[in-house]
Amino acid sequence: MAGGLKITLEFGGGAELLFGNSKKHEVTLPTCDKPWTIRNLLPWIKDNLLKERPELFLQGETVRPGILVLVNDADWELLGQLDYEIEAKDTILFISTLHGG
Amino acid sequence: MTQKIIEDLEIEIAGLEKILRSKKLELKNLRESVLTSPPKANKRLTKEDIERFSRQIIIPAIGCKGQMALTAASVLIVGAGGLGCPASQYLTGAGVGCIGLVDYDDVECSNLHRQLLHSEESIGMPKVSSASEALKRLYSKTNIVEYKTQLRSSNALDIVSKYDVVVDATDNVATRYLLNDACVMLGKPLVSGSALRLEGQLTVYNYNGSPCYRCLFPKPPPPETVTNCGDGGVLGVVPGVIGVLEALEAIKIVLGWTGVLSGQLLLFSAESGTFRNIRLRGRNPGCDACGDAPTITSLIDYEQFCGTKATDKDTALKLLAREQRISPETLNEIFICKKKGLLIDVRNSEEFDMCAIPHSINVPLKNIDDPSTVNKIKGLLQNDDSHQENLSVYVVCRRGNDSQKAVLKLQEILRDQNLVICDLEGGLHAWSKKIDASFPVY
Ligand SMILES: [Zn+2]
Repeated sequence: MAGGLKITLEFGGGAELLFGNSKKHEVTLPTCDKPWTIRNLLPWIKDNLLKERPELFLQGETVRPGILVLVNDADWELLGQLDYEIEAKDTILFISTLHGG
Repeated sequence: MTQKIIEDLEIEIAGLEKILRSKKLELKNLRESVLTSPPKANKRLTKEDIERFSRQIIIPAIGCKGQMALTAASVLIVGAGGLGCPASQYLTGAGVGCIGLVDYDDVECSNLHRQLLHSEESIGMPKVSSASEALKRLYSKTNIVEYKTQLRSSNALDIVSKYDVVVDATDNVATRYLLNDACVMLGKPLVSGSALRLEGQLTVYNYNGSPCYRCLFPKPPPPETVTNCGDGGVLGVVPGVIGVLEALEAIKIVLGWTGVLSGQLLLFSAESGTFRNIRLRGRNPGCDACGDAPTITSLIDYEQFCGTKATDKDTALKLLAREQRISPETLNEIFICKKKGLLIDVRNSEEFDMCAIPHSINVPLKNIDDPSTVNKIKGLLQNDDSHQENLSVYVVCRRGNDSQKAVLKLQEILRDQNLVICDLEGGLHAWSKKIDASFPVY
């Protein structure tokens, strides 16, 4: 896995406001001896991408209530949630649910 | 001779009475059979129905049978705002026989960019009345039931139970949980839409084994992460698109189609012009509402559960002591008349560009503790001689909530400056009311 793991991270529903108002981030995760999972992706996002107020994105080791995590357009619950092993070219979308009307 | 005529008449009358009795019995039986058989079975579409709905009846997937199903259907729409207006309009247009509208609110000027059933003449009217009038103008035969009330734990089951399909067109988290739980308890499909800024979301809960709202969101979001349309803004077209699609899903459920958007989440982005269809988890057997052993068996206190009010109106925070807040009159006297002090407006830059108090400076709340902000404020205080004797910083926002949060942060980061830091109580709304009536209230 020389050169790291290239994936796309997307933020929507207002979550992008915590990431410099940028909805799409092409990132390369550094090579690591363990496989990358969403569990260890989240602290990496906090350290490398998150611009402000981490408590509006994370709660404990997972995302805060009201944020859905979608891997390649599927609910992460279908894929093992925090334990999902990230693959090259995955698109992971963090979407804050909307309540307005 | 006369006697014979009398006898003949008596026989004739007895015969007629026998016929009358049998005709009456026949009529009674016929009436009863009409009443007890389903109205759809022998009711036919009228000439007017056919002429009015022909364009959709001739679609093979709808036909006369589909049109009669729509006529017999009842749909409840909770919220007569940005989502409820287009949803109810298209459901009425399609000929849905009965539409219930729930909304406690009155029409305001700031609704009209997106809530297009209402008009300038209806400002101040209950939204349900205004919407009902507009829908009746569209199709006078529709039965519109108005509920000018907030949906509450005490009335939700009663209202929801009367309808076949429920459309969530609300604007707050607490009502969304309430409506979900009521629909789960009553086994009603819930078409759920939402919109903010330039994005919309749509799904159908509690239908054909799909998850409910609680399966997806067992815990409510922290209140500080929830943004309403009043604070975040919304382009009218966005709830328009989502509301129309809510009507579509309700129609598909009534018609019994297979492609209902349950177990899927549709994400709409106005900016990129894209729809994205997300595959959702199934029903969670451990769900508090729809699980195999639900813990929520009667409706609860949803404002307490969510930690927020069941409206999209803001409530006044009280973070500061009395002496840390000033009135519009005092601010006017010191800052405008005597030209003393520094006035910081903590709204975002788009709002500041719309309208602001002259000579105020803009530092959005989220940037208030940036090092550059601290330097900017220190610089302004030092450069301006007029501030020498009485160093005061005043903070203003739209309604006087964010300004209190900003004062707390500024006190922390400017604690070495020996400053008096206050906020304008009631914000720019109070300023417009007390000092400058030409200042827009939004
Ligand atoms: Zn559920």
